[in-house]
Amino acid sequence: MRQVFSILVNNHAGVLSHVSGLFARRGYNIESIAAGPTEDKEATRIVIVAFGEKTTLEQIARQLRKLYDVREVQQLAYNESVTRELVLATVWADVTKRTEVLQIANAFGANIVNISDETVTLEASGNDHKTRILIKALERYGIANMARTGMIALPFEGMTEDWEPLA
Amino acid sequence: MTTKSKRPTPLKKKKISGAEIIYRALEQEGVEYIFGHPGAVLLGLLDLFLQRSKMKHILTRHEQCAAHMAEGYARASGGVGVCLVTSGPGATNLITGITDAYMDSIPIVCLTGQVGTSMIGNDAFQEADIVGMTHTVTKHNYLVKRTEDLAKTLKEAFHIARTGRPGPVLVDLPKDVMLGEASFDYSDEVDIRGYKPRTKGHTRQIQRVAEAIKESKQPVLYVGGGVIHSEAHKELLKLAETANIPVTWTLLGAGAFPSRHELSLGMLGMHGTAYANKAVDECDLLLAVGSRFDDRVTGKLSEFAQKAKIVHIDIDPTAIGKNVSVDIPVVGDARQVLLEVNKLVKKQKRSLWQKRIDRLKDDFPLSFDAPDGSPIKPQEAIVALSEEVGDKAIVTTEVGQHQMWAAQFYQVSFPRQFISSGGLGTMGFGFPAAIGAALARPDKLAIDIAGDGSFQMVLQELATAVQYQIPVKVFILNNYGLGMVRQWQDLFMDRRFSEVGMEVAPDYVKLADAYGAKGIHVSDRADLRPAIREMVETPGPVILDVVVDQDELVFPMVPAGGASKNMILQDQRKKKPLKGKLSALPDN
Repeated sequence: MRQVFSILVNNHAGVLSHVSGLFARRGYNIESIAAGPTEDKEATRIVIVAFGEKTTLEQIARQLRKLYDVREVQQLAYNESVTRELVLATVWADVTKRTEVLQIANAFGANIVNISDETVTLEASGNDHKTRILIKALERYGIANMARTGMIALPFEGMTEDWEPLA
Repeated sequence: MTTKSKRPTPLKKKKISGAEIIYRALEQEGVEYIFGHPGAVLLGLLDLFLQRSKMKHILTRHEQCAAHMAEGYARASGGVGVCLVTSGPGATNLITGITDAYMDSIPIVCLTGQVGTSMIGNDAFQEADIVGMTHTVTKHNYLVKRTEDLAKTLKEAFHIARTGRPGPVLVDLPKDVMLGEASFDYSDEVDIRGYKPRTKGHTRQIQRVAEAIKESKQPVLYVGGGVIHSEAHKELLKLAETANIPVTWTLLGAGAFPSRHELSLGMLGMHGTAYANKAVDECDLLLAVGSRFDDRVTGKLSEFAQKAKIVHIDIDPTAIGKNVSVDIPVVGDARQVLLEVNKLVKKQKRSLWQKRIDRLKDDFPLSFDAPDGSPIKPQEAIVALSEEVGDKAIVTTEVGQHQMWAAQFYQVSFPRQFISSGGLGTMGFGFPAAIGAALARPDKLAIDIAGDGSFQMVLQELATAVQYQIPVKVFILNNYGLGMVRQWQDLFMDRRFSEVGMEVAPDYVKLADAYGAKGIHVSDRADLRPAIREMVETPGPVILDVVVDQDELVFPMVPAGGASKNMILQDQRKKKPLKGKLSALPDN
């Protein structure tokens, strides 16, 4: 299964490698990792998306909680949380293709950040679903270069304990 | 099959077990010896050593020594050393050896068994996250997750270990990966994105080096282990002789240049010769080749080779400019770069500089006193060994006073003749390294110049040496204690000797006898040389226990972090220091 971990850690050197090491030890690849400052100067939020067996991911979450510098671990389901990712993609699009690519960008609410003779560079943000469909649409033209921030996430506030997620 | 096609069906490769794949990969790499200690997860692989005889498995008595033997083999042969140990404690016991190899850039491949992939991370029996633990001490490491990846991974591991700046590579092998089956293909060329070590030096930089040599009046070559690794000794000799440049070396560089050569300055640094350190102080051009400006070499950085323009030739770009700022950096293989430099360098006489060097050698020779009736001096024991055995031997050392005396007084004349633990300073390195060296070079006599403290860390390997009748000689300079720490306490702690005495020690003759080896004990000067001859002439493993003067200190000495001009030249407890004479020297 695919799981989003939102991990609040003390802002100390070496925490990131400690956290990622727990995944590496099980031979699990981290699909994306994003870390940045929070409202608390001494804390960093690390958001990790990983694939793995459900029980193993659960075990990793428990081991994360054991780490000295980890304050809080949330395992987020998609429909319980707001998730966003920023994508920068440079797409092969000369004059013959440019209009089509711009239309796609428009449909996805993506900004155009650069245009050259042969390429268009787009900036798009959205949840996992949206970015995936956009990238698929752009792959037709050929993606020359792509950079993604990795997913960041926060839980939806106001969910009650007895709330049952759909599917 | 219903196909009627006449086309020959592509030859489907037969599937073999993961263990078999590992064995074949090692064969392809030309491995002669595997140093190891078994365990449950290795059963399939171990079984193959019974069936085949091309490669020989050496059963060590402790995994740490398997790593050191692999290092000794690698350093004596120039090839890659291999060790094979089981998961958990087997793997963790390797770590000191791996770190030693990392610090001294020794190519070894460490194969560690691992619990099955489904159990990894569950704290299974004899599980350790060895890949996680060795991240910072390996050049690279792998956890192999599929049998199909074994051959490619092993090929990469050997490639990474031996190319560029060499170093240890660890491959973690889960039990089920070794039991699984896959076809064996070892033909692919290794092509690793992001790993393309640069061996050829930049042409313009090489020209600048040649120009600097031409302009220099007082150059010094300061060479390290990189010259040995890249086999650049001939090119080094040619450069030194053509341009008349005196040569000093690091502990790892011993053997890169013949120590009896008139341009030889011996080792530099903390316990280097006074004339080497003085020459570096006075030089106007310092040509560092395959060396890394270690703190034991430079002492106080701000006062190191202050007057010199600095050239640094190294295959590792991160070594350049790490400790000192460099005027002419050249990234490349030492041999290839020196070959190019030699094409541009013309014959140059430097009679004034040579005269100055000769004067320094006359004024500040390496020396020691061995008056009649005194206990055997450790230095004289090394001189005697060097004179009796000389170039017939490959010498390894442990770590401590004896190591420094060996570096000072053993006359080393060819590369890979002197093998010592430099960067990590691992006590217990020399004996297993000598076993590895003895196997790598059966034409030479492997001698471990040992201290009693270091040897006691690894003496269980006597069993290994006897089991395989490896003719390794252990030459113990026995001062019944930890001499180097004692020396620091002597000099800097008002002779308060805390926790350095080892008066309770084995009777080494009985110890050797207990293991089925030969032991000789000497405490009288007159018996020293005959005992050395007996050691050399006795086949198989021999321990020669030489009781030496406990109070002898290693000089010269640059106190840690001090400047080489503040070097302590000799024992100030007995003699007036040579301070007056030092300061009377002209500045240049």
